[in-house]
Amino acid sequence: MAESSNGHYKVIGTRPIRHDGIDKVTGRAKYGADYAFPGMLFGKVLRSPHAHAIIKSINVEKALKMPGVKAIVTAADLPEAEDKVEQVGEAAMNPRYLSMNILAHSKALYDGHAIAAVAATSPHIAEEALRLIEVDYEVLPPVMKVDDAMKKNATILLPNLRNKEEGDNPTNVASHLQFKRGDVAAGLKAADFVVEREFNTAMVHQGYIEPHNAVGIYNSDGQATIYCSTQGAFDVRSMCAQVLGVSVGKIKVVPAEIGGGFGGKTTIYLEPLSLMLAKKTGHPVKLVMSRSEVLRASGPTSGSKIKIKMGCTRDGKITGAEVWMAYEAGAFPGSPVGAGAMTILAPYNIDNFQVDGYDVVVNRPKTAAYRAPGATNAAMAAETVIDELAEKCGMDPIDFRIANACKEGTPQIVGPPYKRIGFIETVEAIKNSPHYKSELTGKNRGRGFAAGFWFNAGMQSSATVNIQTDGTASVITGSADIGGSRASMAMITAEVLGMDVTDVRPVVADTDSTGHTDVTGGSRTTFATGMAVYNAAQDVVRQLKERAAKTWEKKPEEVKFEDGKFSAEGEGIKPMNIKELAKRLARTGGPITGRAQVSTGGIGVGPAFAATCVDVEVDPDTGKVQILRCTVAQDAGKAIHPSYVEGQMQGGTAQGIGWALNEEYFYDAKGTLRNSGLLDYRMPTCLDLPMIETAIVEIPNPIHPLGVRGVGEVSIVPPPAAVANAIYRATGVRMTELPMSPPRLLKAMLENRRTHELQAAAAD
Amino acid sequence: MAQKAKTNGKVNGHHAHSHKTRVEATINGENVEFLCEPRQSLLEVLRDVLELTGSKEGCLTGDCGACSVIIDGRTVCSCLMFGVEADGKKITTVEGLANGAKLHPLQQKFLEDASLQCGICTPGFLMSAKALLDRNPNPSEAEIRYALAGNLCRCTGYDKIVHAVLDAAKVMQAGG
Repeated sequence: MAESSNGHYKVIGTRPIRHDGIDKVTGRAKYGADYAFPGMLFGKVLRSPHAHAIIKSINVEKALKMPGVKAIVTAADLPEAEDKVEQVGEAAMNPRYLSMNILAHSKALYDGHAIAAVAATSPHIAEEALRLIEVDYEVLPPVMKVDDAMKKNATILLPNLRNKEEGDNPTNVASHLQFKRGDVAAGLKAADFVVEREFNTAMVHQGYIEPHNAVGIYNSDGQATIYCSTQGAFDVRSMCAQVLGVSVGKIKVVPAEIGGGFGGKTTIYLEPLSLMLAKKTGHPVKLVMSRSEVLRASGPTSGSKIKIKMGCTRDGKITGAEVWMAYEAGAFPGSPVGAGAMTILAPYNIDNFQVDGYDVVVNRPKTAAYRAPGATNAAMAAETVIDELAEKCGMDPIDFRIANACKEGTPQIVGPPYKRIGFIETVEAIKNSPHYKSELTGKNRGRGFAAGFWFNAGMQSSATVNIQTDGTASVITGSADIGGSRASMAMITAEVLGMDVTDVRPVVADTDSTGHTDVTGGSRTTFATGMAVYNAAQDVVRQLKERAAKTWEKKPEEVKFEDGKFSAEGEGIKPMNIKELAKRLARTGGPITGRAQVSTGGIGVGPAFAATCVDVEVDPDTGKVQILRCTVAQDAGKAIHPSYVEGQMQGGTAQGIGWALNEEYFYDAKGTLRNSGLLDYRMPTCLDLPMIETAIVEIPNPIHPLGVRGVGEVSIVPPPAAVANAIYRATGVRMTELPMSPPRLLKAMLENRRTHELQAAAAD
Repeated sequence: MAQKAKTNGKVNGHHAHSHKTRVEATINGENVEFLCEPRQSLLEVLRDVLELTGSKEGCLTGDCGACSVIIDGRTVCSCLMFGVEADGKKITTVEGLANGAKLHPLQQKFLEDASLQCGICTPGFLMSAKALLDRNPNPSEAEIRYALAGNLCRCTGYDKIVHAVLDAAKVMQAGG
């Protein structure tokens, strides 16, 4: 390890300019929709206007006759898909349902469900052709909420869906899971204070600014290429292979630069369509979703209903917790209710609990991962109830967390006890922050605190490091770069090799050019791909030592590598750095490539905690909430590039604030999405947020050579609860719905005022 | 001056070839002429006809600002303007921000301050920020946030973007 003599890193922990930066500030960087090829056609997708309908027939004849239209595909062009369950990224996937989501088979299951795709010589002609496709629908009643889906005699979405408990009865409940410890009834009985609340959170979208895209190219020898913006090229490849019934080796996926994903681009929508149309037409075919399609037909995350009952002793020890949660899966099974169930109590050491989670299908788009999927819904419930308990005990909310905190050795909900973790240090970082220590004065203002947990994933990554003849290096990985990770890969390489970071060129490679690498998601990239890069760079050092040994006629074990220089004992032996050694590669054995592949395990390889503090001001006449000040603390283990770690913390916080205050899907009674645009799907703007203060906590992850913990996700988990707790202190109202938008908050405040007025009048 | 090209007439009630109009404009300081259909937005023309893909499509309804360009000193959503309306106009896109190989201070500060993560919103923000600093060389944080409120970013929470604009303003005031 190339550490300088004082033990500090030379490159890790600094803030170099990212290697892809200039291309991105000059408009040169190529995102998926920027690609063009000779003879390229443009594709558009016909989508169901009905939330729930049987598709009786599809007639494409008229559309095919339109000048400029070259091909049309429907589900009839897809092979039969298997009915089983596989793990892809952070979600489980059933190939049959995946195929049904790409192009509806016998039923349309949500407003926006893809019915057919057209390729034409211009996107305008393709769009006009959609209107000529005749679809005969038999409209069925839509089922939009978990309450309605779980009722006895509810309208059934998927006639073949069964769960273990209901035997052979058709159902909309895809699964029921349960986690238990101790005796929850006894635990609640032993409590001095018990709080019981029911929460309803609305469906929200990841909100990436770049819509989904894909360019498919099909060669007559059966080899296909897809250019697309994705978080996981290898997943696109395996999912497309599955849907199209071809082997994985027939498809190459080239990851374009990606304009945001947050989990929503870990699955496929347009990619198989682009290949189907490319095969039928013999031309490259580009498809790009409109914003309306993104909202209607990609993968938002679950709305949910969560009932929670929690009790504690008067000195603030939680004695029991009971949770019932139902998450919207969308049209096909696979909500993140499991993760919600495993994270809701994770920061705390609780002896008695029971958590029941239900995965429920409804006539909404199939949900996809969204930054710490499932955890934000859960934290809204748990962290506001804990806030109430702390208040009843007369305790500071942070002290209450510390009194119940998990630490090294605390048992986890599933799996072995926690290794070294930084929950206490993270909440203390807020306690000691300038923000928390400052006084908040003024009417209608309040301060709120909340904490959050995310497991972070490990999984598989590959990396190679090549030494060039001038002694610079390239580091090649398959991790799509959504947030600056390629800079961190270059930094790790530079650190190990004792080089300047500007002498290392990071490459994000396609599926032919690098070994299998799992998705950029799950907060795994700096952790797992970073580990592979670290190991590959060490492999280079090992090989360079052999070359130095050869040059000096020594044994490799006699060569030292320190401070970027190779040296050995002996007369006339002068130390060499990599640049000097690189000049001798050809005559000492040829080129040098270091390689490594890692399989770092599933979830929980480097658990991360975040804590958030917000100050709000609430307009008593409109219910509008202004965020006055915000601080987020997060345990990063070791921050490779602190600016990009801060960026993850700030970005997740901003999304959490949007989730808290304004974002929701509005469906009408027919199940039509009424706010499928960015004016009415209201995400935070520059004007809605203050500067977001950050505190990076570094409690090294014991299983990573550099101590890295994933940083990408957990910051989104606390904000809705933190904002809710702040609103309570500003207004006296405990909100149990998300978003806490002005109409909802105003209604609650007016009811609260009326209640107080009545109570005051009764007291007179 | 715009001229209409000949058409081939209609087939099955649809135009085999739409009317294409000849447009002349100044883009990033260069005199440019192009043909486009009346239904093509300026954004589509920039990206698909002129191959200037730096301006991005995020929403096509003028809500996200990813397509922002500068026309006569004003930030304009190019998705809300037709290509034919560009006739006779002076347009700056992100491709014209740098001075040859020398980055504009805004571009330099976006890099130094790590103000981009995925980078898709960056061209739009650079255009809006440039238009702001060209008319208000010393904006306050509040003025910056107001001017940039039409550009959405989902990655950064805007903190480092605002810092970069403040830092660039300082550099430009000092004559950099």
